[in-house]
Amino acid sequence: MSKIVRSMASLLTLFAFIFGLYIIMHGHLTPGGGFQGGAVFASGVALFVVAFGSDYLHKSLKEHNLSALESSGALVFIGLAFGGLAVVFFYNFLVGSPIFGHIPPSGSNPGDMWTAGVIPFMNLAVGLKVLAGLSAILLVMALATNVAEVEE
Amino acid sequence: MAVLIGFLVAAALLLHPFGYPPSEMDDYIIQNTQSETGTNNAVTAVVFDYRGFDTLGEATILFTAVTGVVMLFRKKKKEEG
Amino acid sequence: MTGGIPFNGPFLAVAVLIGIAFYIMVSKRNMIKLVMGLSVLASGVNLFLVTLGYREGGVAPIYTNAPPGIMVLPVPQALTLTSIVIAVATLALMLSMVVHIYRHTGSTDSEKSRIMKG
Repeated sequence: MSKIVRSMASLLTLFAFIFGLYIIMHGHLTPGGGFQGGAVFASGVALFVVAFGSDYLHKSLKEHNLSALESSGALVFIGLAFGGLAVVFFYNFLVGSPIFGHIPPSGSNPGDMWTAGVIPFMNLAVGLKVLAGLSAILLVMALATNVAEVEE
Repeated sequence: MAVLIGFLVAAALLLHPFGYPPSEMDDYIIQNTQSETGTNNAVTAVVFDYRGFDTLGEATILFTAVTGVVMLFRKKKKEEG
Repeated sequence: MTGGIPFNGPFLAVAVLIGIAFYIMVSKRNMIKLVMGLSVLASGVNLFLVTLGYREGGVAPIYTNAPPGIMVLPVPQALTLTSIVIAVATLALMLSMVVHIYRHTGSTDSEKSRIMKG
């Protein structure tokens, strides 16, 4: 792509990455959460692939690294689900305890970050999983259709 | 084709009037979200706490789809000799 | 029935979307147009799920700096999240299969790749 596209894209992908991580982290206070933040992050990766070409990205980011990141996100999610097995499966066992355990006053209030029990950790795990999965799909499809045009 | 469109339009007009849905479970969820789960966001509480099992199934579907796509685009390694 | 039939605006929009999607899937032959018709159908169903849970004059079901008033139902929004992710996964698998069929037979016409060669 031309020089104008490449210089603007290198600024905008950084903004998209930070915005996606902000949506994942504040999932228990504002609209958003794991799935939405992971999709915003993957759209930043899509802008990078279109502007710079998939070979440039493939030199520093292989598929097995993305696969390890996605599997670790899934394992953390299942581990948190088994953590409250004393009462039921998927019990919120951190409400009322010192880590992340405040209870907000009822009604409309400015949000407190240290609330909501086990939900911020679940947001991070699902956000990692969606981020790595959608980026892997984009990278593999861009590589496959790029190489085929060169060969024929 | 016309039968299908007629059925769809009739079903859209004969549902409940737009803006007054029946809601008993959601009234309980809106009242008790801040005291039981401790979060300000009722949608996140429903996705991860009251109905966390559906989120587990959806994570499995996403994992299976990514595995399928990566597997379909693998190259055969030609071994010489 | 007593009273008039209510004019539900968004439900009629959903019926129009689903009708257009069925017309596309029945009458087109290019494979990519079939996949896009299925994507329009998924969008219509997601819109239907979201507009099922609207209460008259309501605000979003979030308590952070919430304006006063009644809240809309949160459960259909949670179901729509799951449905959107499933639609994305299905679309990715279908498009990669279309790429493979094009490389194998050389055309994107769905009639040419229908007959099984013995």
